[in-house]
Parts: sequence; structure tokens; C-alpha cells
Amino acid sequence: MSSSRIVLRYAVLMIVASVFAGPFLWLLSTALKSGAENIFQYPPALIPREATLDNFKRVFEALPFLSYFLNSALVAALAVSCNLMLCSLAAYPLARMSFAGRQGIFLVLISTLMLPFQLLMIPLYTIAVALGLNNSFLGLVIPHACTAFGIFLMRQAFMAIPHQLEESAHLEGVTRLQIWWHVLLPLVKPTLATLAVFTFVGVWGDFLWPLIIIDDQTRYTLPLGVNKLAGAFGKDWRLVAAGAVLSIVPMMLVFLFTQRFFISGALRGAVKG
Amino acid sequence: MRAHREWHETLHRCVPYAFLTPAMLLIGTFVLLPMTSALLISFSEYNMIEAPRFVGLEQYRRLVSDPFFWNALLNSLLYLLVVVPILTFAPIFLAVLVNRRLPGIAVFRAIYYLPVVTSLVVTGLMWKWVYEENGVLNFILQKLGILDDPIAWLAVADTSLFAVMAVTVWSGMGFYMVIYLAGLQSIPKSLYESADLAGVSRVRQTVFITIPMLQPYIALVAVISSIAAMKVFEEVFIMTNGGPLSQTETLVFFVYQNAFVEFDMGYASAAGIALFVVTLALSMINLMLSRGSPNTGITMYR
Repeated sequence: MSSSRIVLRYAVLMIVASVFAGPFLWLLSTALKSGAENIFQYPPALIPREATLDNFKRVFEALPFLSYFLNSALVAALAVSCNLMLCSLAAYPLARMSFAGRQGIFLVLISTLMLPFQLLMIPLYTIAVALGLNNSFLGLVIPHACTAFGIFLMRQAFMAIPHQLEESAHLEGVTRLQIWWHVLLPLVKPTLATLAVFTFVGVWGDFLWPLIIIDDQTRYTLPLGVNKLAGAFGKDWRLVAAGAVLSIVPMMLVFLFTQRFFISGALRGAVKG
Repeated sequence: MRAHREWHETLHRCVPYAFLTPAMLLIGTFVLLPMTSALLISFSEYNMIEAPRFVGLEQYRRLVSDPFFWNALLNSLLYLLVVVPILTFAPIFLAVLVNRRLPGIAVFRAIYYLPVVTSLVVTGLMWKWVYEENGVLNFILQKLGILDDPIAWLAVADTSLFAVMAVTVWSGMGFYMVIYLAGLQSIPKSLYESADLAGVSRVRQTVFITIPMLQPYIALVAVISSIAAMKVFEEVFIMTNGGPLSQTETLVFFVYQNAFVEFDMGYASAAGIALFVVTLALSMINLMLSRGSPNTGITMYR
């Protein structure tokens, strides 16, 4: 490319980036502005006159954000480990064993992908209540604990591994469970990582299900906490912005370090048929 | 000896089912069971306190004569009509834009993807703040000379639904961009090389090589984004709560409202079945279009 084309391309890249990053920067800027600064001033100022962490401190005074954070982290950890474990267990026979009902089970699993969660949530709520899972962390994990998508993704990964690998292991009298753990799982680590990051994003940002299943405020996750903050202090944009920023920082950090899995994961899901 | 071997074989045959059991138990309890009971609840009157009472098709009859249901359904279909074409075609250009080995390109990709990983609650609040009447969007539009007077985007009936749609587009763009990136990388480089040799311009290459080669991916994205558009909830809940005057009430919002605010579970389930029927129709199109094209496993991500 000629250098003028490169400059032009970067210009376009920057303009598009400002559309995507702009609202984030504006939120951060608002969160950093002190009470003395008019956040509605004309023209608006992106750089705070005197940046302060005061609003963040006020968030922790207004609501127990630290415990929301811990709740979110706990639920995410539970959901991710559950989903990885159960999906890769179920995917193994579907990908590499022949048994009666294999096609049928797979078909049922895949067809559940078409069910909108919003249809299921009403009976799911009554089931959760019946099991005593409302207002509990386990209840929050339910929709993410074992997803048909995860099984599908892991099955794809297991199918790509040559069959000889486990046959030789099999001859040595090793059990299927050992093959699964010691031979297969290490080979599908990138797919496991992909499933982990996608599950994490799903749980961390989940709002509708927690909104339904949790009313005990000590069990709130971050999205519920931010929603509560906005409800109680809606006019105080500095405070709401600070709470919103706090709630996405952990997500951003995870994204920063694992972004290759997001990109490669989408490629994996879309390309391998 | 023989008995031992037979026992061993039976055990061996159980192995696959043993691997599947935990997953099937969970999916059975939390997906298949709710699916059947959603249908049953839609034939009854149920408020979570008293036992459900069978009422036949009454809830569906109510649904058909409820202007609020039609309003929500129409809003969702309008959503589909506006958001899906944008989310299907705009990300192609984003993907082309970042599909170059240039210094720092990974940073741009990450920035474009950032809204996808951000929780919709935060996205909703962020944009509510941007949309304020004396907020930053009005300032920019006035500066650019596009707007004379500031608009209260979310509070005015004419603009509110479109303002919410814009947020859905903004937060979904990066996701579809990545799918198209996968598509772009599957196009043989030689096509472009010969086009270069023939002196075909970059714009024409995009129109005559890239877009036709991406066709299966375009079909895929069209369906994923239409299913996603049918499920819009958080943006509405956070930014407008369905207002002004039900202008932004979507089908999912209608289901939520009736189920968990009114506790009219039977009625909400009937509306949920309506939502399912629309989604099913979209999934059928998905199945038809995706034959011999990239797989649809990614479908449920959004």
C-alpha cells in the first residue's frame, strides 16, 4: 500500500474506534470529575479539570460493591468450571464413541439451542423456587452450568483429534475416564479456553436471570448492583458512572489478557463444520 | 470366566451414558422440563401463589385482542427490520478494515470488540448518559451541523425506539465483525492477486470478490442477528423501561413485564410461546440457509 493509503486507513480506523471507545471514555471521564465540576457544562470536557477518585469511594459507601464483586466472581468461577467439566464430559462420547441413541441425543441437544431463554425463564423460575435455589449462587449458575453450545463446541474439538491416539492408550488397559483426562483434554486446551472466556462473559454480564431469581441484596451480582445504584441515585451521574466503571474493570482485564481466544473462538465456532 | 467377560462388556456399554449423564440431567431439568411446562402454563392461569388452573386457549385469546401485545410484537418486528440489515452488512466493512497486517491493528480489533464483552446494563447506562438532552451526543451533532436543537432521544416517541436500536447495533457490531474476519481469511489470496494484476480497483474487488465469497457467512450473520434482535431486553429495561408510551416495549420486555411484574404467568407464557414461534421460524430459515455453509453452532452466543 502507498503511504497515503496507509494514512487514510488509519484515519478511518481512528474514526470508527472513537465511535466504539467514545462512550467508554465519556463514562470514565464523568466518573473522574469532582463535585465542583459541572458535568453538563457547555462545551462538554472529556478531560476532567481535576481528576478525583472520590466518586469511586462514594460508590463503596452507598452500596456494598465489594461484596457484589465477590458474588460475581464466585458465580462466574462456579459457572465456568461447571460448564467446562460437564460439556467436555458429555462431548467425549458424542464425538468418539459409538452407542445407541448417539444421533438422537445430539439432535435433542442441538435443537435446544433454538429455545429462547426468555420462554424458559418462567417455568425455570418455578423450578428454581421448588428446589430452593432462588436467592442462591447455585440458582444464578443454572442457565450457564451446562450449555448445549458448550457441548457442541467441545464435540467439534474432540472430533478433530486422530483416533489412533486413544486406541494405543486403550490397549494399555487405561480407562476411558483416564483417556479423557490425560490424553484428550490437554489436546483441546485452546477450545476449553474459548469456552471459558465466552462463559465468563455471559455470566459476568447476565442481568435478566439474576433480576428474576435474586431479591436478597446480599446476593446481588455486579449488574444488579449497578442497576440498583442507577435506580437509587439516577440523577447523580458521577456516582452511577463510577459504579458502572468499577463493574466492568474486571471484565476488561480478562478481555485484555485473553482476547486471542475471543477472536479464535469465534473463528472456531464459525469455521469448523 | 465367560460371566466375567459379559459383565465387563455390559459395563463397557454403559460408559458413554455415564459420561453423558451429568449433562443430560442438568439439561433435562433446566431446559427440557421448563420447555414442556412453559407450554402447559400457557394453557392455564397461574400467579405463583395459587395452583395453576387450566383455562384452555383463553390466554391466547387474550393475547390476540391485547393492543399491548400487538404493539410489542410490531416493535420487535420493526427492530428486526432495522437492526438486522445493519448488523448484517456494516460489520463486513469493519472486518475488511481490520483484516490487514498493520502495526497496532490488534488494538483496533480489540476496541471494536469491547462493547461485545461489556454487560448490557453498563452499555445501557453509558448510552443513556450519552443520549441526555444536554448530553454529549447532542453537542457533537450540533457541532457537526446535523442538528439545530438538542433532542431528548430516549424521551421522545419518534426517536426512542431508534435510539435503543442504535445501542443494540453498537454493542453487536464487533461480534459479527469477528465472524466475517473468519470468512475473509477463508477467501483464497490468489483471487485478489489476479484482480490486482487485472487492475481491478479495491472497491470493485470488495463488491465482486469479497461479498460473494462471504455469502454463507452473510446468511449466518443475518440469522444470528435476527434471533438476537428478537431477544432484546436489557437495553430497553435500562434505558427506557418500555416508555415513552410503550414505544420501546419489545416482545421479551412484554413477557418479563407480565410474568415478573404482574405475576400473570399463564399470559406471559403464551406470549413466550409466540416469541418461540417467531424464533423457530428464524431458526428454520437458518437451517435451510446454512446447508453446506459454515456451521451454526455459534448461533446462541448473543
